Amino acid sequence: MTTTPTLELRNLEVAYTVRGIDRQVLRGVSFSIAPGEAYGLVGESGCGKSTAAFAAMRYLPRNGKITKGSILFEGKDIVDINDDEVAKLRRSAISMVYQNPATALNPTIRVGKQIAEVFELNGVSSSDAMMMAEQALTKVQIADPARVLRRYAHQLSGGMAQRVVIAMALASNPRLLVMDEPTTGLDATVEAEVLDLVRELRRDTGTAVLFISHNLGVIRNMCDRVGVLYAGALVEQGATSELFSSPSHPYTVGLLRCIPRGGLHKSTDRLDTIPGTPPALGTNFDGCVFAARCSLADDKCRTALPEMVTIIGSHVARCFHSDKAGSMPRSIEQIEYAPQSTGHKAQVGDTLLNISHLSKVFNQDGSKVRVINDVSLTLGFGETLGLVGESGSGKTTIAKLVLGLTPPEEGGVVTLDGKGLAKTLSHRDVADVGAMQIVFQNPDQALNRRHSVTRIVSRAVERLRKFSLTAAIARAQELLSGMRVDASLHSVRPVQLSGGLKQRVAIARAFAGAPQIVVCDEPTSALDVSVQAAILNLLVDLQKKDQTSFIFISHDLGVVRYISDKIAVLYLGRVVEFGTSQRVFSGPFHPYTEALLSSVPNIDGSTRKRIPLTGVVPSPSNPPSGCVLNPRCPRKAGSGYETLCETEEPNLTEVEPGHFMRCHVPVAKLKQLQN
Amino acid sequence: MLRFIVKRIGLSVLTLVIVSLIVFLMTSIMPGDIAKQILGRDATPEAFEIWNKEKGFDKPLVVQYGRWMGGVLTGDLGTSLQYEMPVSEILAPAASKSAQLAIVALLLIAPISILGGIAAAMNRGKKVDRALTVGGLSAAVIPEFVWAVVLILVFGVAIRAFPVSAFPDEENPNLVSSVYHLILPSIALLFVLFGYISRITRAGVIEALDSDYMRTAVLKGLSRKTAVFKHVLRNALLPTIAVIATQVPYLAGGLIAIERVFNYPGFGNILLDAVIARDFPLLQTAVFLTGVVIIVFQLIADILFAVLNPRIRQKVTE
Repeated sequence: MTTTPTLELRNLEVAYTVRGIDRQVLRGVSFSIAPGEAYGLVGESGCGKSTAAFAAMRYLPRNGKITKGSILFEGKDIVDINDDEVAKLRRSAISMVYQNPATALNPTIRVGKQIAEVFELNGVSSSDAMMMAEQALTKVQIADPARVLRRYAHQLSGGMAQRVVIAMALASNPRLLVMDEPTTGLDATVEAEVLDLVRELRRDTGTAVLFISHNLGVIRNMCDRVGVLYAGALVEQGATSELFSSPSHPYTVGLLRCIPRGGLHKSTDRLDTIPGTPPALGTNFDGCVFAARCSLADDKCRTALPEMVTIIGSHVARCFHSDKAGSMPRSIEQIEYAPQSTGHKAQVGDTLLNISHLSKVFNQDGSKVRVINDVSLTLGFGETLGLVGESGSGKTTIAKLVLGLTPPEEGGVVTLDGKGLAKTLSHRDVADVGAMQIVFQNPDQALNRRHSVTRIVSRAVERLRKFSLTAAIARAQELLSGMRVDASLHSVRPVQLSGGLKQRVAIARAFAGAPQIVVCDEPTSALDVSVQAAILNLLVDLQKKDQTSFIFISHDLGVVRYISDKIAVLYLGRVVEFGTSQRVFSGPFHPYTEALLSSVPNIDGSTRKRIPLTGVVPSPSNPPSGCVLNPRCPRKAGSGYETLCETEEPNLTEVEPGHFMRCHVPVAKLKQLQN
Repeated sequence: MLRFIVKRIGLSVLTLVIVSLIVFLMTSIMPGDIAKQILGRDATPEAFEIWNKEKGFDKPLVVQYGRWMGGVLTGDLGTSLQYEMPVSEILAPAASKSAQLAIVALLLIAPISILGGIAAAMNRGKKVDRALTVGGLSAAVIPEFVWAVVLILVFGVAIRAFPVSAFPDEENPNLVSSVYHLILPSIALLFVLFGYISRITRAGVIEALDSDYMRTAVLKGLSRKTAVFKHVLRNALLPTIAVIATQVPYLAGGLIAIERVFNYPGFGNILLDAVIARDFPLLQTAVFLTGVVIIVFQLIADILFAVLNPRIRQKVTE
């Protein structure tokens, strides 16, 4: 006998009306989720993941409508039920957890009242509801729930806010929980905690989960079955481990190949990309939705719509060539650069940038907060220095200090190629300014919307290299072409470009002054993995060609590992570990690095014990005594150095050649504990 | 919170000092000679001199300013030149009249404008929204005194539903009668302010309607109506309240045209008389008090905004 699925989508089609024209967003999506099962939907942005999730909640934007198919909740079609019935369903049976927990909570109502509201909707008296809200917070493992009840959303950290949202979602004892990118935007350690919590709650409650994420690692670790969406169509579906180990649709294969997973490094591996761009909203297809970007596509693919074919068991793929997908040719764009004589006599690895004893103190309401504490680092010609650490660890502030956007405290010195730099940008000469440039996370905000792409870059060339206008424009176009921005796009404004192209323009702008160092502050965090791979390849090419050095900031440890030669791990404004990428990632690890690495959901499916960091990041205005990590350190207890850890701050010492650590526990002991 | 309030009050006091200086200097350089008007063209130079000495106009400006400010601070607002009466006795009843008008106008304007804004936002893009927007903005571009005249002609003269004067004739008018007389001028002011306040309300409500927390509220299973009432309005009305508070001084301090047209003995009317008569002591103090009203209400608006918004309230407390 088969049980009735909790949720079933049958041939669901959803369209958005844009300027009077219906544009199809979901194209006949069918899948089902059994009671207690976790089903993951993956795909890049714009493929219809969130639309599917919100359709299941019967919540579409004002211009969205279900044009065909059905949504069955416990066997009952909910496409045509009225608003009252929808509200009743949301009150008692289906809940949702959102991507951005901080904005999902009402800023002017205490969180306790917001949770209690769910109980009240189900007929509980207001005093009882408040009590139950407290219990709900206890269930999501929030410390001191009675106090949290009285807080407002802005007084919660991201992880806490997401716990509150989860508590609110579970308050109605739902039979289906829809989670839309629940950990996107959270730090790796917080993400791991939230995912642990969801896993535990699922074990306890048996709730069915629809889990939406662009992060394949997260999906792999959270879901029983997975569906892959592309251009609004489900192209592959199967049990998680089976699908990840033998992906059978070229899109899935491509996605997995784009990811800089464990062990890959720029020196030996070039990332694969998916050529082309996703189709625009509402494109009509004669054949396979992926044909235009697929290296296996033939005439049949372009003219006939493939059916789902069974690979093995419940593993299905919508592809004529599913048997060949796993071994399809790589689609990387190989670029050969003629070795250039750039004028540098330096060898790769010779010291280019030296920062010593950088500190930064901010004034916060009259009290002094030391956000950067005595940081010294070096970076060689043609090398990449990766900065990693949780948010608030000081990554971006260090970049700002180096760039001169904010001056360091007395004693801090930044030396570039043997020349001491002025503390602030306004005191640096044009050559020094051009020598160090930055690429930001969000190219939307970094590029002037009113200027054409050429103008954005040529202006920088004019200012930084003192070129004449015509020479600057010529140089700008050369730079843009070098970044693979097509000449037909040189005169458009940024708004007409995709995220990846905008970032290429931003990189071209950064290279306008022929820089020696480019700071990349989360340059690929806002991009899809296939675009990320292309941008990372581009950066590596530029580095090889011009010996440019990068300071690379990212919360994605896989990306940092791939692109960096050296890594500095930061905690509370201090460097806790510094060494070659190889050393830092292979161990022995600093306890903080160990915890950070273990919290990353592994895409290979290998299970690894998570080393949790207990408690929250302390405020830099009131750092713990002794080693700043000691209250959270996973290796303090039982190490035999507890007293020392709590009373004295360790120095950054060289534990192996070229590998520095700030820890009282000797490296041999750490190595032993970590095996 | 206390620190924030103290700081704001400090700033307000500083602003007032600057205002007082500007007011004093402006009235001092105003053309026209009141002595001539009062003593007559044929008065002897000696008479002028004696008069100037008596009123203290022969002293240096700094001393005059000091005396004026000292008086204001100790409650002595000086003596009107044209009425030969203490300024306070002239301004007090006028201020009370202006306040009455402001209260009636506000009670009419605030709810109607807010409701209009909410209605527009809830029907975004539909006919109701367009009608309210176009109507509100069209009405706002016509000055209040034009509206006043139109209203008087229609409701006062043609229909005779409302009195043409805002001030009751009878000796001791009761509340009903007073309010009744103030309705027409209030409507004129409503026409001017409705477009502005309802637009701000509309923007606030739309922002809140599109917010993630509204989505959360709806997906919790609240009906749209309840969700709007419980989750949208509090957030949406924050900017509106601040905007209304900043309009209060405009209503209370100088509705010169409205008061003239409706023949209402308020602050604005006194102010205008003082200008025409070059009655410096009266004018200085009246203008200065208008400044006080504006700054006090701005202060109230700021504090109100902070109290209603926990985010600001917390920043303020830290």
